[in-house]
Amino acid sequence: MLHLETAGRITPNSHHTVRMDSGISIEGLTHSYPTTRQRTTARIALSNVSFQIQSGEIFCLLGPNGSGKSTLFRILSTLLTPSEGSVRIFDLDLFQERQLIRHHIGVVFQHPSVDKKLTVRENLFHQGHLYNLRGSVLKRRIDEMLMKVGIQDRAYDLVETLSGGMRRRVELAKALLHKPRLLILDEPSTGLDPGARREFIEYLHSLRDTDRVTVLLTTHILDEAEKCDRLAILDQGSLVALGTPHDLKHEIGGDIISVSSQEPSKLAEVIRTRFRSNLRVVDGMIRIEQTKGHEFIPQLIREFPGQIESVTLSKPTLEDVFIHRTGHKFQSGKS
Amino acid sequence: MENMTTHLSSFSLPTVTLCRRELIRFYRQRSRIIGVIGSPLIFWFLIGSGLGGSFRFPGAQSQMNYLEYFFPGTIVLIILFTSIFSTISIIEDRKEGFLQSVLVAPISRSSITLGKILGGSVLALLQAVIMLPLAPVIGISLNLFSIAFVLVVLFIISFGLTGLGFLIAWNMESTQGFHAIMNLFLIPLWLLSGALFPVSDAAGWLTTVMMLNPLSYGVTALRQGLYLHSEVTTPDNVSLLTALIVTATFALLTFLISTVVVNKTKVG
Repeated sequence: MLHLETAGRITPNSHHTVRMDSGISIEGLTHSYPTTRQRTTARIALSNVSFQIQSGEIFCLLGPNGSGKSTLFRILSTLLTPSEGSVRIFDLDLFQERQLIRHHIGVVFQHPSVDKKLTVRENLFHQGHLYNLRGSVLKRRIDEMLMKVGIQDRAYDLVETLSGGMRRRVELAKALLHKPRLLILDEPSTGLDPGARREFIEYLHSLRDTDRVTVLLTTHILDEAEKCDRLAILDQGSLVALGTPHDLKHEIGGDIISVSSQEPSKLAEVIRTRFRSNLRVVDGMIRIEQTKGHEFIPQLIREFPGQIESVTLSKPTLEDVFIHRTGHKFQSGKS
Repeated sequence: MENMTTHLSSFSLPTVTLCRRELIRFYRQRSRIIGVIGSPLIFWFLIGSGLGGSFRFPGAQSQMNYLEYFFPGTIVLIILFTSIFSTISIIEDRKEGFLQSVLVAPISRSSITLGKILGGSVLALLQAVIMLPLAPVIGISLNLFSIAFVLVVLFIISFGLTGLGFLIAWNMESTQGFHAIMNLFLIPLWLLSGALFPVSDAAGWLTTVMMLNPLSYGVTALRQGLYLHSEVTTPDNVSLLTALIVTATFALLTFLISTVVVNKTKVG
């Protein structure tokens, strides 16, 4: 993953207004939805979120439902203007030069945007016309994209006759048709089985490698975030973690020991006084972050016989990172 | 200059492609064509034949039978149904991601409005034209000039009604809501347009309502256009010119208001 770190620092082509290497910079983004008849107080969806995405990265916005990632997605895809803050995409101001930025981004929505009553080819022709592509240039681009996503043999079929995975590929072909430098995807694996999901994310990696497209995706699926270069974790509108999956997990230090007990809070208190461990009770389980967990467990069992029902030892996952940072479980609902 | 042509093509290309999509979609859904043409045709035939004997026009216009009187109204009903069906898809487009993908494209919002309304209008016009060969059968004689004139009128009516449908659908959450509006507002709009009975026949307050109804002028313009070639006096109380001006103004207004509404929409 080291080559990515350097990817953002390639010599800038400074006479050009659009600097592809400058990535995306998000500064102090705050958004609250106005009051409505149903809701008398304004709902804060994002509060003071700042981070940077480097050019050529596969960057993931991870968060449970209602974390603000969809709001952030809508802002970045030029559909929503936030209450406060600034966003620069390839050194262009997102809110001043919306129309210009639209030429450089491709967006894949969570809900299918292809017209099911049209053939794959017709959908792509339509999309090309929206981006001022036409004639033989457009035809060539379409053939190229169909080949790239591997659906050339279904080109003349109505989209409604395609499987879910195939339709996703049409979506991708559609979003990439005008050769965007930034691809933004909202929950791209919705409705895909784990196999298709893995295949899809691998495809994004190969795309980044061949075309140097910067990829930004939102997800509530931890496994998916795991496969990105870097990720930002959002919770209740705030940025709670930022880094590579490896660094974030490493920061926890050692292992995670989960202990179940009849009286978790009482036991947690005595463990805390006895070992000064870094622990908390989450969902009725005692969760201890401990270096050399395998040596700690025998001590624990010796010390508190009969009070422990079960002990598990595991390497930290992104879910542990989330708990570590927020103090509560990652409510993904349907992951 | 070069800048202007690029600007123009970045407006017309998306408009044309959005319009073409409407046409392709519509003709792929066969049941829609039958529904849109079939029910007005049945209305026309049943109501026209059933009421034919009991319907008497005031004054001297007794040379026109009811089937004939009801003919332009039937065409307008086909236009109304077609434009409703094409604008109702805005709601589906928004529920799915289609509309969003159009909104993130680097195109002007007015080309979205124009493309959609133009698509619906062309469809409505095409559907309405299917009825024209019936005119000679019921005794309306047409020549090239009156046909051309009727086509223009049909297009303007189609544009206005599709624009109206667009305005209603844009802020609508569900297709059920649209159906409610259709029954409570659009169908009465048609009923009180002189399609079924002439304005001069109606009770006092109804006359006022009918005179305020922009669709009345569309029906009048169409009826007078159909008789442009013959000497038949139609039971209308406004001139063709007035009818045309009101119909065209209405079409223009719905388009302009739609454009403003779309521009104001902050999606999200």
